[in-house]
Amino acid sequence: MTTPLLSIDALHATVADKPILKGLSLTINPGEIHAIMGPNGAGKSTTGYVLGGRPGYEVTGGSVTFAGADLLALEPHERAAAGLFLGFQYPVEIPGVSFVQFLREAANAQRRARGEAELSGGEFLKLARAQAALLKMDMDMLKRPVNVGFSGGEKKRAEMVQMGILDPRLAILDETDSGLDIDALRICGEGINAIMRRPDKAVLLITHYQRLLDYVQPDFVHVLAGGRIIKSGGPELAHQLEREGYEAVAA
Amino acid sequence: MSAAAILAPALPDRRDEAYRYADLAALAPLWPVATETIAVAAGESGQLTLVPPGGNVARHLAITLAAGARFDLRVLNAGQAYGRIAVDVILAAGADFTLGAAQLGGGSEVLEIVTEVRHAEPGATSRQVVRSVLAGRASGTYLGKVAVARGADGTDASQSVRAMLLDRTAQANARPELEIYADDVKCAHGCAVGELDAQGLFYLQSRGLPPAAAKRLMLQAFVAEAFTGAADEASLCDRALAALEVLL
Ligand SMILES: Nc1ncnc2c1ncn2[C@@H]1O[C@H](COP(=O)(O)OP(=O)(O)OP(=O)(O)O)[C@@H](O)[C@H]1O
Ligand SMILES: [Mg+2]
Repeated sequence: MTTPLLSIDALHATVADKPILKGLSLTINPGEIHAIMGPNGAGKSTTGYVLGGRPGYEVTGGSVTFAGADLLALEPHERAAAGLFLGFQYPVEIPGVSFVQFLREAANAQRRARGEAELSGGEFLKLARAQAALLKMDMDMLKRPVNVGFSGGEKKRAEMVQMGILDPRLAILDETDSGLDIDALRICGEGINAIMRRPDKAVLLITHYQRLLDYVQPDFVHVLAGGRIIKSGGPELAHQLEREGYEAVAA
Repeated sequence: MSAAAILAPALPDRRDEAYRYADLAALAPLWPVATETIAVAAGESGQLTLVPPGGNVARHLAITLAAGARFDLRVLNAGQAYGRIAVDVILAAGADFTLGAAQLGGGSEVLEIVTEVRHAEPGATSRQVVRSVLAGRASGTYLGKVAVARGADGTDASQSVRAMLLDRTAQANARPELEIYADDVKCAHGCAVGELDAQGLFYLQSRGLPPAAAKRLMLQAFVAEAFTGAADEASLCDRALAALEVLL
């Protein structure tokens, strides 16, 4: 039997004292791709933030084990070093800080935490260039301040470049497909496959539509509603949802 | 009146607006503060970088710029128990003055920049950029008066003052002030006191940066705005970064 990469058990969480996650359980094994779909306000982004350790998202019950460690005991940066990557639904703009500057520091902070050798300036640039090329993003964009003035689609593409550079074990990608044009959707889909489709890695895609799943085919599809997974199935569940809607499928 | 009072002005008290936020106990042994005069001749330019050495420091510069003269003053007010930099500037026709200052304080440090920039004749320009980062119980003050004399038409003066508080106990005071007696004058001032953007901090940390490194990156960019265009920009930014590390 394989050891799960991520195991969420009866997770409860509140935001601003309001219960949002109400007993969410989910197990992800290495090599698997999972998709979470669900109505607006169901708690999908909250799930990502709670797993990432965002301040203000308070866990009130349940447990999360990631790569054998108690994920909830770790600080956000320690979770990243353990191999967790969160692709944001709304990537944050940070004036005055360039992508290359921050990503090099971030990659090396992760390496230090894992006891690995740091990347030199040259090694980092080579890696960044390769990942930007994979996502067909102009390297010059990475010299600009983080997400500042990027279009919605460019921000999502930059998230995938960051994922490629940081090379995580588990990527939680929150609506990576929203805002992408038709070509960018294909490029990002192929990027996710190239970076993450490995026997020792896993992906949790949060999405509203089948379109991303056409490129990144999931092994499992879950419906999240009211803060819990209310239904799970194979890839056909996403098609059924698209045809019939949440209400009919959840009933 | 006693002889001493005639020789040296009395130590100011808190009712004096320019000393309202001063550390008067620290100022007393430094009093009276000698005025250092700088005069730049017509068409010439000058520059000065002040990085006070620590301890208690009070300086008073009086800068006179003749027609078409330029002066670039940069200040890194950091690591002082008490650091007060007062600058009076008088600009003749077409002169240009730049102040770029960073105040970085923690503990119970008291840092102040007090300026009075007089546009005495037409067509002079002045630009002041002050960035403060304050932690602990530190206070950072900017009191800046821009006075535009009668007839000093076409004056262009700006003051950009921003402070970042790392702890709720730190304090920033900012008071830009305008006194305009001329026409066709462009005076812009902006002041803001804030805290580091929590969403930005989480974003950087979620990529693996420890909290102090994430804060440092965000503050580095903020402080660097005071040194943009300085002749010794790179070395000032390095020294500011070292001072920032102490606060995080
Ligand atoms: N700071 C907050 N204060 C109060 N409620 C909040 C706060 N942040 C989120 N919520 C609520 O939590 C619920 C879940 O939000 P979440 O962003 O997780 O939804 P979602 O499933 O990602 O929705 P979408 O599909 O629209 O992205 C929503 O009802 C939202 O209004
Ligand atoms: Mg969401």
